[in-house]
Amino acid sequence: MENLLLVLAIPLLGGCVLALCGHRDYASDVNVGVSLGTLIAAGLLTARVIDGGPLLVLDDQFFVDPLNVFLIALTAFVGFTTAVFSRPYMRLERDRGKMTPGRMRLYHSMYQMFNFTMLVALSTNNMGILWVSMEAATLTTVLLVSVYRTAASLEAAWKYFILCGVGIAQALFGTILLYLAADKVIGSGGGALLWTHLDAVKGQLEPNVMALAFVFLLLGYGTKVGLVPVHNWLPDAHAEGPTPISAVLSGLLLNVALYAVLRCKVLTDGALASHLAGNLMIGFGLLSVVAAAFFLSRQKDVKRMFAYSSIEHMGLMTFAFGLGGPIANFAGLLHMTVHSLIKSAIFFAVGHATQSAGTQLMDKIRGLIKVNPMVGWGLLLGTLAILGMPPFGVFASEFLILTTAMRDLPWATPFLLLALGVAFASIFSRVQEMVFGDTDLKPLEHPPALLPVFAHLGLGLMLGLYIPPYLVDWYQQAAKMIGG
Amino acid sequence: MHAYLIQSVNLFAAVLLLLSFAMLSQRRILTLIHLFTLQGATLVAATVVVAYLTDQHHLYYSAAITLVTKVIVIPTLLHRLIDKLNVKWDVETLINIPTTMLIGILLVVFAFNLALPIAKLSSSIVHSTLGIALACVLLSFMMMITRAKAVPQVIGFLSMENGLFFAATAATYGMPMVVEFGIAFDVLVGMFILGVFMFQIREQFDSLDISHLEKLKED
Repeated sequence: MENLLLVLAIPLLGGCVLALCGHRDYASDVNVGVSLGTLIAAGLLTARVIDGGPLLVLDDQFFVDPLNVFLIALTAFVGFTTAVFSRPYMRLERDRGKMTPGRMRLYHSMYQMFNFTMLVALSTNNMGILWVSMEAATLTTVLLVSVYRTAASLEAAWKYFILCGVGIAQALFGTILLYLAADKVIGSGGGALLWTHLDAVKGQLEPNVMALAFVFLLLGYGTKVGLVPVHNWLPDAHAEGPTPISAVLSGLLLNVALYAVLRCKVLTDGALASHLAGNLMIGFGLLSVVAAAFFLSRQKDVKRMFAYSSIEHMGLMTFAFGLGGPIANFAGLLHMTVHSLIKSAIFFAVGHATQSAGTQLMDKIRGLIKVNPMVGWGLLLGTLAILGMPPFGVFASEFLILTTAMRDLPWATPFLLLALGVAFASIFSRVQEMVFGDTDLKPLEHPPALLPVFAHLGLGLMLGLYIPPYLVDWYQQAAKMIGG
Repeated sequence: MHAYLIQSVNLFAAVLLLLSFAMLSQRRILTLIHLFTLQGATLVAATVVVAYLTDQHHLYYSAAITLVTKVIVIPTLLHRLIDKLNVKWDVETLINIPTTMLIGILLVVFAFNLALPIAKLSSSIVHSTLGIALACVLLSFMMMITRAKAVPQVIGFLSMENGLFFAATAATYGMPMVVEFGIAFDVLVGMFILGVFMFQIREQFDSLDISHLEKLKED
């Protein structure tokens, strides 16, 4: 219990402290320190859960099981590496006059608050609090998306706020319906929204209400996952905000939203005899994969392109979880991990690349390998990894998803292959031009933070070559939790 | 007495729906805020009556939260906002009010049909108002789509929240307390952020017209 409290308290306190001193020179170091503290606490919590099994604390309000503990660890890890990356990145933005002291303070404070809301969303047992913290995660990042105050960033933030607000309102209605269904079975104590209680009685929940509730919940949280057709906020918010924020949005927030959908799916599957929840997820997932692949082939802005790639991958995960079964669930969880690691690594590399080029337009970024060899390599390797080249982890998870699809849903396989092919062709050709080719760009004034990039790529590579047995065990347990 | 009180909840629900329609067609920003305040007050009244009828004490707290946020704080903030932004007397040109209203009526029919099977399952004494709550949500949604200015869009958003609160009251006598607090907190913070945001938009574009915010299109 102390471990869990630490995981939540460190970013919360850090956010408060940084709200006071976030504009000072040492603030970025404090930010890294706080994130490191969170990571250590999360590590201890993980060890505790692996040893002692699921944890249910504070009047059952918080719940840590194999499914969410791996996401908590991942969130804390990427939160830490992104803080390391943001140190030189944001310093340069400040030196170039894009960030005033006030904005730096807002940035640092909200960065920690954002981590806090995601950790609350992951560890809470209460479906209502899950909703509250998902909304709070939007609120903490909306001012960060508009932090540069350009016309485009204001538009992106407005869209982000309104679309996610409306989306998440659907999820609230879904939660109300869920409560209505639970109320009849559990009674109107405080326990009717607690996931563990709901899970215990899921077979008795009224199927009609649950089916409708799931539709609303999927639409609502799906907006934050970035599922087509409710994805419109995502590319804008990724492209116009500061790059560290793009990295955590893509690498973490989308995962947390998908996690919320998964929790709801478990309950719905239990209440319904049919495979409705899974079928809906397969439909939305497939649509997202295909639509995103074609959207991304038309992008000119590098961050927008990778944002669409995130939609594609989130669609693939949703599809995998929709298929269900031990292998697809395992693959979905693995894909969640590697996508989160690799995509944030790509955004780190892209961040340094756009800073040295002074633009996000891909036509203007050339010859990275000559100016900043390591940034160039990082971007190239990251791109290969995200496109599913062996031996990186994405290959393993995509291979598993595709083979399961061939067995369970043969008609969907050509669509998936087509989308992956289109994404490969369009992303690789662009990145190749950016990495190689002649250039007159100048090197960065600050040494770029390369450790996070290669740490993520290394982990992604490791997961492709060899998954340690305890990790396999952990994934299998988590896959079982979501109905594998 | 009991029957009258139940009828009064139904009456309040009807008023909520009427106010939603009024907001859908209202062109003046100031009147829109008044309507929103009135909607909040009606919601409070309905919640109090349900609380009295069912003896659910936490509903009184819920009503108090709604009173403070939706009737006092947010309208005050909105008034201040339009004062400072100098849009107090703005009149928006809405095209095709009759068509909008007709679509609104269709939405209400749709909402009633959708809510009917769920309402039957609810053990709440006022479950028949669930359809109205859902209709209010859909109408606010439509208001957000049809508006081109920032402030009315935000009011539509807040009014959607009102509809959701009413749905929770009608179907399940409100959500657990901790969740209601969380939601109220989110709404307040969101309102604050939107206020900051509108100044940023104005500073950038010299207007609060959302049509300026349509540059990021796919090409």
